[in-house]
Amino acid sequence: MASSRWKHALVVGASSGMGAEIARQLAAQGCTVALVARREAELNALAAELNRVRHGAAYTYVHDVTCFGEVPALFQAICRDLGGLDVIFYASGIMPPVAEDEFDFGKDRAIIDINLTGAVAWLNLAAQRFAAAGTGTIVGISSVAGERGRRGNTVYGASKAALTTYLESLRNRLSTKGVTVVTVKPGPVETPMTQGLGKMPFMITAPEAARQILAAARRGANNAYVPGIWRFIMAVVRAIPSAIFRHMKF
Amino acid sequence: MTTAVDKTPVLDVVPPAPTNGEAPASESVVALPLPMDRLEPVCSWGGAQGGMAYVYRPTTVQQIREVLALARERGVTVGMRGAGRSYGDAAMASENLSLQLTRMNRILEWDPDTGVITCEPGVTIRQLWQYVIEDGWWPPVVPGTMFPTLGGALGMNIHGKNNFAVGPIGEHVQWFDLLLPGTGEVVRCSREENTDLFHAAIGGFGVLGIFVAITLKLKRVYSGLLRVEPLAVPDLASMFRRFEERLPQSDYLVGWIDGFARGAALGRGQIHQANYLKPGEDPKPAQTLRVENQELPDTLFGVVPKGLLWRFMRPFVNDIGVRTVNTAKYWSSVRQHGKVHPTSHAGFAFLLDYVPNWKKAYGPGGLVQYQSFVPKEAAERTFREQLLLCQARGLPPYLTVFKRHRPDPFLMTHAVDGYSLALDFRITPRNRERVWALAAELDALTLAGGGRFYFAKDSTLHPSRLTDYLAEERVAKFLALKRRVDPEDLLQTDLYRRLFATAP
Repeated sequence: MASSRWKHALVVGASSGMGAEIARQLAAQGCTVALVARREAELNALAAELNRVRHGAAYTYVHDVTCFGEVPALFQAICRDLGGLDVIFYASGIMPPVAEDEFDFGKDRAIIDINLTGAVAWLNLAAQRFAAAGTGTIVGISSVAGERGRRGNTVYGASKAALTTYLESLRNRLSTKGVTVVTVKPGPVETPMTQGLGKMPFMITAPEAARQILAAARRGANNAYVPGIWRFIMAVVRAIPSAIFRHMKF
Repeated sequence: MTTAVDKTPVLDVVPPAPTNGEAPASESVVALPLPMDRLEPVCSWGGAQGGMAYVYRPTTVQQIREVLALARERGVTVGMRGAGRSYGDAAMASENLSLQLTRMNRILEWDPDTGVITCEPGVTIRQLWQYVIEDGWWPPVVPGTMFPTLGGALGMNIHGKNNFAVGPIGEHVQWFDLLLPGTGEVVRCSREENTDLFHAAIGGFGVLGIFVAITLKLKRVYSGLLRVEPLAVPDLASMFRRFEERLPQSDYLVGWIDGFARGAALGRGQIHQANYLKPGEDPKPAQTLRVENQELPDTLFGVVPKGLLWRFMRPFVNDIGVRTVNTAKYWSSVRQHGKVHPTSHAGFAFLLDYVPNWKKAYGPGGLVQYQSFVPKEAAERTFREQLLLCQARGLPPYLTVFKRHRPDPFLMTHAVDGYSLALDFRITPRNRERVWALAAELDALTLAGGGRFYFAKDSTLHPSRLTDYLAEERVAKFLALKRRVDPEDLLQTDLYRRLFATAP
């Protein structure tokens, strides 16, 4: 289905940040949107907002992405409620503060479960469905942080690196079957995740990030840096030799 | 040694559910999922409506019951589908179970002396005529294509080019066995027993029960050929006049209209009248009745494989192309006027099968057909207004077919003592909304003329129109019957949900 004709969209991680903005903009563009998130109050508030503008624009599903076993039946129920599915966004993610000498397995595992394993649980199903349909768009919100292993926040970067690779594999599996897979790599975006981290370079607002993500998804981009400047920055960062990179503080 | 009894292989209809490697966290709340590998595209035949469904193709009654049990257990519904030849969403079951009976296609009993045949529901019209023709029988009612199944044909209560003379296929059904979704029992329905179900399940678009055996009385023929006479008609009034004039002496009568012709030529086109041959008229019936001599040629001019033909048609399926082709076709019909020629039954009946996959010539957006059935008193005025409206909206129909009908005793009947006009529209992303808006305007004209609609064709009808054409008592009676035999509302199609979700 041509991307301009998306009618049924699913956003995992829709209660705040980029996910919420993506859902808002999709609804404004005429999509019926399924909102999946853990926090019921935020979810209901967003759904109420979207349904005020257009009745039946949003459906809500309270779900913790680490409850992997729930996903297959929930995914099918959502497709049933929407009456189809054209595009899925996986926007769930956490980036808890991690001290440079901290090696907390529980915290690290939670990052992997939410940022990566949850994505695999949801997007594997979307991949099967879209492959059978011969059409569909999968959008994963990864991060520029997945491109190098920095000193800070080790597992966050690793989870995004794995997500990027997973999405690339999906793209390679599915592109011949009419399915579009888009890897989004935002730089810093003003969201609850980055709150309290101070002013960061080339930071953009969540609505602006969502606008760029949707444009890239409709275009069917393979890798979308958000904003685009990060494509050049990361090309430079990737080129820094490891021997030098390990001494860098950022 | 084991016996075959009780060894019927059971479908893996209740398979291990994909659970992502662990038990669902809240099994009581979240139902088990359906197997993802059952998910397939299940679209309208016209291709203008798409959808995905979990598809099951059982071969036994027991397996059908298992599919119903699965639906019940997983909290989903079941949509019946035969060959999927309904133009719109009548055989779609989006996001639910699609129960396709194409593999239940055995001919169970055949008596070549009486012409009575009992079939499973997946037997196609093609299988049927090819099986019986050499015994000198022909299905009494066939549609314009031979690919529908008998189950689908009964569900829609299809008609042919002889509807004015013999009624719909339901009138030739002696009895059928219907599996009731509520209890799972199979009941015999005929004009003597379970008559309410008999008259409602035929034309009940697959939501009352599941046909598992169907007995038909066929039509005796004395030749494999029909005598066909083409007649050119210069305008709509002549089309009606000629039809009325020819009706008493015709076995089949069908009109084609050039939807692009305007002004004085509005409604111009061609009529084909066909008649059976009487005993003795065909000197070699054993030969003309052979399947080989009925079949449509698989090449054009003896060289071009027909499978490729739609690709050549594709560049012409637009306003300019169809206008040109229609004009040429009309003037060629003027030259053929009155030239009687013999044609095989299959060659006359299955015009839509001449070009395999012709719908692909309409492009990826597909097509919809708008067909209305209007009583004879109002038909000419209504159809004139409909043709003018299509042209005024810049959406002339690419194929327009005209037929005569008569009332029948079935509850959800589409037929009237009058005429039908079928209009095919190409759907593109740009015109889609305009076609639906036009259809709503056409609906108003149809209803003003006291007309009806046909579920096998419908894509566009709005639920608010349902009781405008099917009297409210009929709809209420149908739904009361449905509640009786399917109290859980297990059988649902996209069309049922579209039109009946808000019904009384």
